[in-house]
Amino acid sequence: MSRVWKTIVMFVLWRTGGLRARGQQPEVDPSERHTGAPAWAELLVVAVLLLVPVAALAFVALFVLDPNTQLLGLALGTTLALLACALVLAGRWLVPQETKVEQRPRLADPDAAREVTEQAAEGVEGITRRRLLAGAAGVAGAGLTAAVVIPVAALGPGLEEQLRRTPWRAGRALVDEQGNPMLAADIIERSFQTAFPQGAGTAAEGGGQEDLGSPVVVVRVDPATLRLPAERADWAPQGILAYSKICTHAACAISLFRDPLSPSTESKGPALVCPCHYSTFDVLDGGSVEFGPAGRPLPQLPLTIDSAGVLRAAGLMSGPVGPSWWGDPS
Amino acid sequence: MNHTAKDRPGDAVAFVDERLGAARGMRWLMDYVFPDHWSFLLGEIALYSFVVLVLTGTFLALFFDPDTTQTVYHGSYHALQGQSVSNAYASTLHISFDVSGGLLARQVHHWAALVFVAAITLHLLRIVFTGAFRKPRDINYFIGVTLLALAILEGFAGYSLPDDLLSGMGLAIAWAVAMSLPLIGGPFATALWGGRFPGSTAFESRLFIAHVFLLPAIIGGLIAVHLAIIMRQRHSQFPGPGRREDNVVGTPMWPGYALRSLGLFAAVAALLVLMGGLIQINPVWLWGPYHPYIGTNGAQPDWYLGWLIGALRLMPNLEIHAFGHTFVPNPFFGGVLFPGIVFGLLYALPWLDRRFISRDYRRHDLLERPRDNPRRSALAAALLSAVAVVFAAGSADRLFFQFGFGYEGAVWFFRGAFLVVPVITYLVTKRVCAGLAREQAHPLRGWSGHVVIRNRSGGFDADAEAIELDTAER
Repeated sequence: MSRVWKTIVMFVLWRTGGLRARGQQPEVDPSERHTGAPAWAELLVVAVLLLVPVAALAFVALFVLDPNTQLLGLALGTTLALLACALVLAGRWLVPQETKVEQRPRLADPDAAREVTEQAAEGVEGITRRRLLAGAAGVAGAGLTAAVVIPVAALGPGLEEQLRRTPWRAGRALVDEQGNPMLAADIIERSFQTAFPQGAGTAAEGGGQEDLGSPVVVVRVDPATLRLPAERADWAPQGILAYSKICTHAACAISLFRDPLSPSTESKGPALVCPCHYSTFDVLDGGSVEFGPAGRPLPQLPLTIDSAGVLRAAGLMSGPVGPSWWGDPS
Repeated sequence: MNHTAKDRPGDAVAFVDERLGAARGMRWLMDYVFPDHWSFLLGEIALYSFVVLVLTGTFLALFFDPDTTQTVYHGSYHALQGQSVSNAYASTLHISFDVSGGLLARQVHHWAALVFVAAITLHLLRIVFTGAFRKPRDINYFIGVTLLALAILEGFAGYSLPDDLLSGMGLAIAWAVAMSLPLIGGPFATALWGGRFPGSTAFESRLFIAHVFLLPAIIGGLIAVHLAIIMRQRHSQFPGPGRREDNVVGTPMWPGYALRSLGLFAAVAALLVLMGGLIQINPVWLWGPYHPYIGTNGAQPDWYLGWLIGALRLMPNLEIHAFGHTFVPNPFFGGVLFPGIVFGLLYALPWLDRRFISRDYRRHDLLERPRDNPRRSALAAALLSAVAVVFAAGSADRLFFQFGFGYEGAVWFFRGAFLVVPVITYLVTKRVCAGLAREQAHPLRGWSGHVVIRNRSGGFDADAEAIELDTAER
């Protein structure tokens, strides 16, 4: 049995394996020095060294004539590898092979340490209000620290308003990436569309495609399968649902839609899945977390269909978009 | 006084010595002794990778444009012609396709970053498993652990700069983790990003200055202190003939070690350049530019972030809400608490070891083999295995793509493994170490104990012949 265990960790132990059995060894002097390089080694090192500029010139020529990544890497890598060979060969065969013994410096010097302590104490000799002075110095240091650190506040607006901001308003139309209005009739089951608010301005104005509050996922399901909370009963006209596309776990774009082809045999229903940490949100019941690390449901956007068949927001998102933070209202 | 040509020191040495009085220091340096063990080279590999990173990074910085303002791409990569991309992404494509040797520099830089963090990690394992963090090296150990954390941060900053799809997805997660900090998360993250993610255009230049100046300057400074402390204390060494606590046995700097170490530098650089030239890495033109509403499936970060993405994925959906407010968002647990505990344990190791594990406050310059301290080795292996399980969990999606293992089942499996594997690892490691120590066996070189023979008076004598035989076989 112990043999089996040895084999299991053999490699791990080998990596850090010691040199010799410890135990009491007789006092020996390990110093040694051998000189005298074999003639063949000198010639070999010369030959390898002479190959270095050949490879280096190849690199230069390639760089000027045909800077192909693979060939450049091969040429420069070969140059360095030849240099490494020459250095290691010279270290192993040409120069004296030497083992030396060096005394380790004694680090601690208790006498000096005591003197330093005493000298430091002497530095405040004759001062009576030491505590008061130390306190005043501490206050001065704290003040200075505050003054030095406060410019960090210039880094950003730090406005939590920005975190709650959403460009969605009741009545705002859903448009695709090119800005074309999204028609309810174009949303078919098992498909997955990304929509943005129409006319919400640029990212700087609190809208635009680059704003985290903008993108929503639009899917259509069989209205009979919906399990939305009572107050959201009219949020999904014709079974069309819109959810924020930004995961409430870590702000990645939710770009996977799981929609089992045969609901009768699959135990799991349609769900939106984030590819970063695989938080899985139930589409049918208002975006609750079915699996994965997300801590709260995906915000849902109430929808309505206008007379022209265009999808429009019927209100605000059901919660803050994106990851949670200390004190966010949810 | 007349000097003959023969007894005058070398002109160059005399030149320096007469102006700086440096000859003494140079002699000290040339006599400096390096103990020989292959595992001592891991730190040097990290050092040389850092040099390669600085050189290639300087080249890249000449061409990179840290600006997320949108522009229309007109470069030589046809698939993205006419697309709206950021200047940062466009300049990364420019480096890759239009600058001579640009793609080579980019790929060498990326490979060097991966090797840099890997070498630091292996170096750390060597330090932990041989007890090299004990007094007087605890200070240098803290610097080393800090360097590992900074190297991971620096690598992530570099990975995030090109503004490709994977950069953006990584930054989105980093933003969520920053937001999840208790109390200060919201204001902290919005201040750092200059607004809500993806933030203002200021963020890219902040990231750039952190990646090319702040972090490398701190890393370089700490490396210098790290090396200076090593030279002050001298290297630790494994026990062996003539090796004692109060000496160092090995190859002097001049000439043997200098040549060998320069050879290692050239070899590391050669390997990194060959990898950069021949093995493609992070082809950002295939990922495409980042937009907050785009995501891709099966994405994996650089290897050294695998344990963090694994922790974020393994964490059950716990999020602390009360009184209509959020208190602790979920990413805090995997993204802050878990790495915080791992690094906290690493920082606490010297104290834990002298207070609870070895109960030894003395100075040590001779190293232990893992078997010499079975409890420490077992605890370290248990911690390592916990991180390894989380690391493996980070690739559960790839397990699904490659082998068809169901993702949800895999997550539950890894959650269980996270609790069970460290316990098993602890027990197995402890038992194996104790067994090896008892038998004085080396897992690869076999038995290396002493033969004793009972003599007539009932005592035991070492059998000189058998010992010699044993030594000769080794």
